Amino acid sequence: MKQIVILSGKGGTGKTSLAAAFAHLASREFPVVLVDADVDAANLELVLSARITERHSFIGGKVAIIDPDKCAACGICETICRFDAVVKPEEPDRCYYSVSPISCEGCAACYYQCPEGAIQMQDREAGEWFVSETPYGPLVHARLHPAQENSGKLVTVVRQKARQLALDEGRELIIIDGPPGIGCPVISAVGGVDIALMVAEPTVAGTHDLERIIQTVEHFRVRGAVIVNKYDLSIKGTQAIEEFCKNHNVPVLGKVPFDPVVTEAMVKGVPVTAFGDSRVVEVISAVWGAVRGML
Amino acid sequence: MKIAIASGKGGTGKTTIATSLAHTLAKEEKTNVLFLDCDVEEPNGHLFLRPVLESREEVSVPIPVVNEGKCTYCGRCAEVCQYHAIAVVGKKVLVFREICHGCGSCALNCPVEAIAERPHPIGVIEWGRSGEIAFAHGILNVGEPMASPIIRHLKKRFLKGDFTGVAILDAPPGTSCPVVETLEGTDFALLVTEPTPFGLHDLELAVQVARELSLPIGVVINRDGIGDEGVERFCQENAIPVLMRIPFQREIAEAYATGKTLVEAFPEYRERFKTLFSQIASILQARAEISGERR
Repeated sequence: MKQIVILSGKGGTGKTSLAAAFAHLASREFPVVLVDADVDAANLELVLSARITERHSFIGGKVAIIDPDKCAACGICETICRFDAVVKPEEPDRCYYSVSPISCEGCAACYYQCPEGAIQMQDREAGEWFVSETPYGPLVHARLHPAQENSGKLVTVVRQKARQLALDEGRELIIIDGPPGIGCPVISAVGGVDIALMVAEPTVAGTHDLERIIQTVEHFRVRGAVIVNKYDLSIKGTQAIEEFCKNHNVPVLGKVPFDPVVTEAMVKGVPVTAFGDSRVVEVISAVWGAVRGML
Repeated sequence: MKIAIASGKGGTGKTTIATSLAHTLAKEEKTNVLFLDCDVEEPNGHLFLRPVLESREEVSVPIPVVNEGKCTYCGRCAEVCQYHAIAVVGKKVLVFREICHGCGSCALNCPVEAIAERPHPIGVIEWGRSGEIAFAHGILNVGEPMASPIIRHLKKRFLKGDFTGVAILDAPPGTSCPVVETLEGTDFALLVTEPTPFGLHDLELAVQVARELSLPIGVVINRDGIGDEGVERFCQENAIPVLMRIPFQREIAEAYATGKTLVEAFPEYRERFKTLFSQIASILQARAEISGERR
């Protein structure tokens, strides 16, 4: 079983459109499992006609709760908390402390130090994860509740489920649509994969962010490859990306032209490769051939 | 006034809006503007504002160092750590610094005071000026998972209680901890989206985050015309003001590619950014009046 992840550093470069196209192309050749690891803002389901078959709650961690009746307002918790999550509400006749659940990181430092035993740690449901049926194979995806943390842990959960599905059903390839950035969810998405495909756009921001994601992928010793999207928006920018990739020994597998057909397919809710013939589809098919060759 | 520019989906134009708004206010309105790039995983604001960065400061998180001479290997530290970042294996204590949140609970709970803390660098903040604009950004080191401490540091350093003027905070994409860290304590969330199914789906999430934080919101629709009517309908149904629409034009995308701000490339947009700002100001004023009446 092999795993590929699609990353970009910068958001909105076309990761999900490409992941959906690969899902479509790959599934014609062998059984695949699909993963949406952008748990903050998961969009892959929108272009894969996904139908949810399993739903699970995700406990992201804990949150501290102070019992106002037990709180003696000594303020130890406030001194200890490094996340500025403890606040001091004053009521006309008395004062006690409380915790802002948004700032609380669930470290429990206050719980262990409270001399009154007034603090409890409660499980916090930070999101949900799902298994869905799609025409191309099962999709494991998730939805982090707004303003929650631990997206890295949720990525690990969906990847574990995908791996188990692949092993149980003898599926040969896991295609992971990754999150933007280089931080914790990306690190969780990149660990242990066979190939990291990085989608870059030829803009100053796109090039800058590509450099950071290439370094990240190198840092975790994963084999990387680059796809330039909307390459014709700046031929000069595309050349700069190719030059940079050459210096880093990262192959550029293809250059996808800008074409409104990609958005049209998204609006219709299908992978661009299933939407009809276009130059974009030709290039993506060739890129897919190159990826398969690397596996 | 602190305005955060956010979006669930990446690549919708946050930096385009943030830099042009800063540019217009500083140059045209002679406002005291502070630009804070809080997308510390992939900071791009400097590519457009080209600031002269004069100062730099390291950001670190405290991580535990165990004095094995004092340690009795009782395992209390591992028991209290909510992140499994410290483990006792036989006569050895292992610290997994990547997942340590730096809460200090292990040190506080060690019965023999064998745990000290040392700062572990995770990134830097840099600041300077771009003409009339005061500029600062944070940069997360490659391979480090946690962006939030850098954002927290950046805000503490530059948005002190006595801050006057207009702060523009360019947020990272997504809906989880780094976004919340950016939005918390601001006055207004300007949500940038594109009129596509992905844009709509992620806008809905961004709206939920802003509501969770009780922030007033407004929407900017970028690349207007490329997709469908979903975003307009959603904003109408939920009474969310659409404060600006930027049509999709290949020339705008090409100017962006070369690192020009929108108002530099198309000066006719300056008036529109002035209007955008005055709309935000009047929303905030109306809100202040309502809460004044309630009191």
